[in-house]
Amino acid sequence: MNVGNLGNPGNFGNELPIVPLLENIQRPTATRPRTGLLFLAVVVGHVILISSQVQSRSGVPVLEGVTFGAFARVQQGTSHAFKSVRNVWSNYVDLRGARAENDLLRSRVADLEVRLQEQRALAERSGQLQALLDLRQFVSVPTVAADVISGYVNPGVLTVTIDKGSSDGVQPNMAVLSSEGVVGRVISPVAAHAARVQLLIDHNGPAAAGAMTERTRAGGMVVGKEGDPPLRMEFVSNLADVKTGDVVLTSGADGIYPRGFRIGWVEHSERGDGLSLAITVRPAIDFRSLDEVLVILREARSAIPEGANEPGGPAR
Amino acid sequence: MKTAGVLLALVVALAVQTSLSGLTMTGASMVNLVIVAVVYAALVFGPITGLMAGTAGGLAQDALAGGIVGIGSLSKTIVGFLAGLLGAHFIVAQPLPRFVMFVSASVVHEICYQGLSALVEVRPVRLPYGPVLTQAAINGIVGLTAFFVVERLPGALQRRRARRGRY
Repeated sequence: MNVGNLGNPGNFGNELPIVPLLENIQRPTATRPRTGLLFLAVVVGHVILISSQVQSRSGVPVLEGVTFGAFARVQQGTSHAFKSVRNVWSNYVDLRGARAENDLLRSRVADLEVRLQEQRALAERSGQLQALLDLRQFVSVPTVAADVISGYVNPGVLTVTIDKGSSDGVQPNMAVLSSEGVVGRVISPVAAHAARVQLLIDHNGPAAAGAMTERTRAGGMVVGKEGDPPLRMEFVSNLADVKTGDVVLTSGADGIYPRGFRIGWVEHSERGDGLSLAITVRPAIDFRSLDEVLVILREARSAIPEGANEPGGPAR
Repeated sequence: MKTAGVLLALVVALAVQTSLSGLTMTGASMVNLVIVAVVYAALVFGPITGLMAGTAGGLAQDALAGGIVGIGSLSKTIVGFLAGLLGAHFIVAQPLPRFVMFVSASVVHEICYQGLSALVEVRPVRLPYGPVLTQAAINGIVGLTAFFVVERLPGALQRRRARRGRY
């Protein structure tokens, strides 16, 4: 057989017997791969079919287990991707929500701070009222509680206004106390529902109070002065024993302030120019934060000189 | 025609097989007509037909027998394919080679079946040689008989008709 003439179209004599022979030779090689693939596909199909019905030792079908194992990584990747996207989105949404929540919380905090301040004020006011009540029980004379409704009206004249007046029994030269100590006295004019109170620290008028030291009962007069501390104690003999830190009380000698109420304490004591000691007194109360006071409803005795009701002379 | 014939052969084999199984007291059959039909189709028509016949007959037999569907089918598919391949490469036209093919196919089928069953059920392989060889021999005899009947029956009938016409 001349194989070299297979591709020659002119050699018809050799072509006819060779072509069927070649077809016979090539047919098995052409069909064998298809047969093998078909066999492989059928076998794989059977394996899948059997595996779908068989359970492993853990009770899970083999096909399910194999499928799960094979796709677990894919599921992990997909889940990771979805989680990433979801986290980004949820973070964005949470961020927006956090901003709104932050605004809401800020407003709540502000509201609560206001409420807290209110509660603190109420508690403080309750404490002050309790102290006044205690003072009222301590004082044997009739009293009336009053609120300070305004501060200093005239510069240099240390007076405050209270919300009780003549309709409440308040008259000029009545002593005004607080739970911490002596405040001052009522001065003219007194309205029906308001009155002016000259503070003890007013150095422009006769707001003096008869005083004594608690420890040695050394008597004198406490008056206002310029500078710090704003009180001084006069007319205390050089022979008296007065030391720094001694508590200064009202002596009742002035006819206005009842005896035994605290005015302050000695801050400095030294020998004076004349026969008296030079004593400065730190007030027991903070005159900048007067809120609740108690008016002693007892008329002043005649120890107060005439014309002493006008503090500091003509108003400036 | 070929497909119909193969399917018909499988249906008949299944019907007879189930009838024989019902008749035996132990429930175990000494012959497997389905594997005989599969090997016959594979030797006559080639590996693809043997493969398809093994798949179809095995699935039907598994479905009728109950249990896991696919083990017998896979075994018959392998046997049918291998028988078809061997039949295409070797001359299997004489009774002895055909007998050997049937017996070998039966043994291989049993090995595959028992092996797959053991694999699936997670147990050791149980291969009773006596019953397996007995069934293989009977399968071979039945297969040879089938070949003989199919190949000789038309000629015998034709000669009988001719003889009757002469007289």
